[in-house]
Amino acid sequence: MSLTSSSDGQRPGLADRLPSWLVPNLSGLHIIAIMIALLLIGLLLVPVAQVMIVAFQDPATGAATLQNFVDFFGSALFRESSWNSFYVSAMSVVVATAIALPLAYITTRFHFSGSILIQSLGFIPLIMPPFVGAVAMQLIFGRNGTVNLILRDNFGFSIPFMEGLNGVILVQSIHYFPFILINLSASLRNIDRSMEEAAQNLGSHGLRLFRRIVFPLAMPGYIAGAALVFIKVFDDLGTPLLLNVNNMLAPQAFLRISSIGISDPMGYVISVILVVFSVLSLWASFLFMRGKDYATVQKGGGGIAKRTLKPAEKALAYGTVIFILLLVLSPHIGLLLLSFGTIWSFAPLPDGYTLQNYITMWEGSKTFIMNTILYAGIAATLDVIIGTAIAYIVIRTNIFGRKALDYLATAALAVPGVVLGIGYLRTFHQFDVPFTGEPMASWWVIIALALMIRRLPYALRACTAALQQVSLALEEAAESLGATKRRTIQKVVVPLMTGGILAGFVTSFATAAVELSATIMLVSSNNDAPLAYGIYLFMQTPSGRGAGAALGIVAVIVVAIGTIASQIIIERDKKLKASSGDH
Amino acid sequence: MRNAIYSSVAALALSATGALADGKITIITSFPDSMTGPIEAAFEAAHPEYDLEVLNKKTSAGVKFIQEIAGENTADIFWASAPDAFEVLKADGLLADVSIQSEGIPDKIGAYPLNDPDGKYYGFAGAGYGIMWNERYLQANGLEPAMEWGDLAAAEYHGHVGMSAPSRSGTTHLTVETLLQGDGWDSGWAQWKRIAGNFRTVTERSFGVPDGVNTGNFGLGIVIDFFGFSSKASGFPVDFAYPTVTALVPANVGVVSNAPNEAGAVAFIEYLLTPEGQTVLLDPAIMRLPINPTTYENAPEGFPNPFEDSTIGATVQFDVAKSGARYNLVNSMFDVMITYRLDDLREAVGALHKAEARYAETGNAEAKALIDEAWALIDANPIDEAQSLDAEFAGIFTKRRKKETDEVGERQAEIEQRWDAFVLDNYSRATELANKAAAL
Repeated sequence: MSLTSSSDGQRPGLADRLPSWLVPNLSGLHIIAIMIALLLIGLLLVPVAQVMIVAFQDPATGAATLQNFVDFFGSALFRESSWNSFYVSAMSVVVATAIALPLAYITTRFHFSGSILIQSLGFIPLIMPPFVGAVAMQLIFGRNGTVNLILRDNFGFSIPFMEGLNGVILVQSIHYFPFILINLSASLRNIDRSMEEAAQNLGSHGLRLFRRIVFPLAMPGYIAGAALVFIKVFDDLGTPLLLNVNNMLAPQAFLRISSIGISDPMGYVISVILVVFSVLSLWASFLFMRGKDYATVQKGGGGIAKRTLKPAEKALAYGTVIFILLLVLSPHIGLLLLSFGTIWSFAPLPDGYTLQNYITMWEGSKTFIMNTILYAGIAATLDVIIGTAIAYIVIRTNIFGRKALDYLATAALAVPGVVLGIGYLRTFHQFDVPFTGEPMASWWVIIALALMIRRLPYALRACTAALQQVSLALEEAAESLGATKRRTIQKVVVPLMTGGILAGFVTSFATAAVELSATIMLVSSNNDAPLAYGIYLFMQTPSGRGAGAALGIVAVIVVAIGTIASQIIIERDKKLKASSGDH
Repeated sequence: MRNAIYSSVAALALSATGALADGKITIITSFPDSMTGPIEAAFEAAHPEYDLEVLNKKTSAGVKFIQEIAGENTADIFWASAPDAFEVLKADGLLADVSIQSEGIPDKIGAYPLNDPDGKYYGFAGAGYGIMWNERYLQANGLEPAMEWGDLAAAEYHGHVGMSAPSRSGTTHLTVETLLQGDGWDSGWAQWKRIAGNFRTVTERSFGVPDGVNTGNFGLGIVIDFFGFSSKASGFPVDFAYPTVTALVPANVGVVSNAPNEAGAVAFIEYLLTPEGQTVLLDPAIMRLPINPTTYENAPEGFPNPFEDSTIGATVQFDVAKSGARYNLVNSMFDVMITYRLDDLREAVGALHKAEARYAETGNAEAKALIDEAWALIDANPIDEAQSLDAEFAGIFTKRRKKETDEVGERQAEIEQRWDAFVLDNYSRATELANKAAAL
């Protein structure tokens, strides 16, 4: 019985396995795959190519040349910038690890009250625009910020937290460490307990057990997180610009592309190098993970053994956690003070407190908030629809070139926002919006589409993971009972993926809501501007800093509510599944 | 679910098109919301038939934006401080010829003509550059405010000064060029490098400077006057002064070629020049110098009046043509010599300050010779003024191919690399000499 049903279910799969040129059998899934491919080509490949092509042109004659790359490597400044970018990215991974590792270890290893709180709070830094974080950090850790003023007044010395590259590393690690925390925690929970028990039987314990057994087993998650941090920091523009650090690749590219009248190809050369380097890092991390895959295939028990802490250990653990949380939430504390403060100048704290900033902010930014919810909502909705489709095509079908879809969508991760923004301006300026006749590049939908492309990789990862956990047998059962492919996907696959899809939606929504680098190039009217742009506008005037901070707090709250709500839904979903599995 | 999204998207698209009334005037501006807001409100109250659509971009990004959309222009007005940015647009033929009617507006502010001689753009307010400082910061560091550009080069201000890069901010470019024209090419650059040796940072945006002074991140900043005035008006413990060598220059407004709503654009510019329009400039959040002399009757106590106080901005005769000819070249030189090599320059100048302090005690003649040699290394420029004005050489920094056959000799990257090597070598030798002198 079970044999026949499974061979029934595999019959369409067999037809699919034939080379596609032999059987030009365009099922609905094929058409969807082609449409997604066209979408990615039109919204990602073409615009990026429009920017990158300048790098390969001789500025004098327009002929194809590699001379620009020779100039790049011949310049001492660019070599130094490359090294600085590399150094800052690598150091950010180290510092972010130092922040994430204790949090992940303590919450997964021990019975520790408040684990869920830490996991949620750990997500918060990600949902603040990095440039806003930089402003707040400057006020707290800057040369004449709270910490240094207090240190200097009481102890006569100060610490250069925010000077030059140090500042970039500090802001970036605090902003991006959640990538490591989330992935590492997931990995630690998936470790086969029997491995650990075997090691303990052989006499290994304590740090040695962690160093030799636990951490290597958690490697895939750690590498995934670390690679993300590395690439994000390597490409990030806002933070170095706000801290006035110019000798790095991304700011050099931006400064050279956006200066008046300068048509120096160097900015475009740097863009190409950024994209290539990011793709290589991503690829290297995939290779590394593929090699280690076997480590997590067999699942014995649910994660490493949890144990109860002794009182002294408990105090130490709480101390560590509180210190780290204070550090990573310091931008939010700074922003909160700024939003309620009157004047904050060369002083540890604002001179006075007021609600006026919130009133000013509310009068001028209802549109920004509505726009953000609309754009990030459209982007995240499209992301999970496309993400689910790609995940299904990649995992469940044999459509020719399905891996390419996956790589192409993931490659968006490696494209700096500025490059995408300029590419969109170039590409869509030639087309008009139907009916209104204005150029497409200044149409607000383009902003939503840019956000959609930028955040697609996050949703895709979440959807892929979710689909991998749905057993094929359930689909086969549905199909053997006569359901069509379409009905099976609608009624069985997608409902079972709900948790993962929701996680993807939240990640995409939250990060799209605070994105600035691509949108700043594309906003063509203040009425179309999203929240991050609104904060940027406020912060351009002496009187607007408080109001900008207030808007930043609103952004954090809006996104945090969404995150926590979906966290609750996912947890409930998991419990429901677990309990139905038990019966 | 999907239908709901589609219908809401469609509804939004419809409402967006509905807002495109006939009287829409699209303005590209570098001015902040706090300035455009009150003017927009006043204009729309006086002319309810029009609706201003203000689009805020940095000056450089605004110019780039207008150039990119020129094929199918949607902008009516370009509105920004720097006359140079208008010169760039004018040279590209992107500004329209319009005739503007106004009354009581003089021809000049300070020594600077208010309007473009070809009538492509018009001044609507004045602004001058000066030094802004944070009172608390200076008090905590035991410093007095600097009153002249030269003062900023003094040893006691080492590491306390901030400025924006001219390539990033049109107004800063004017400050740099003003000093180059006022003091001459060589001593102007020497002056800048000695001041820059005291920089804490070179900010990416012109607003980064008042922001840094306001928060107390650094003590003194080189800024345009209204940043100083409006920061003070917002309650920050800061103040502002004009040095003697400064140019008062007009902030400008012009109509973009092929503007969709040229009549509206002209109406807006004419309103800006009326007494009511000029009075809005005195709003505490704006604080620009009106160009209609009668408006000063309503000005607050202590507000500078360039039409009565002839000491402001009278010294330098600013030559727009000269500035325009070497616009990108000056920006690139500043970035190569100062912005990107600030750490090296600061180290060299700091070492020289120490050596000079030591020389003041010892009076050692050999040390003096070493110090002079080191300063000469810092002051040295990779090119002279004649070369900066050589159209062919300056063209390397602006080259844009007009025809297939156009050939430009050297590449910008090659020249920048040569300059970079030149200044790096000079700065490190100057540091060495200064250390040697300090040891004597």
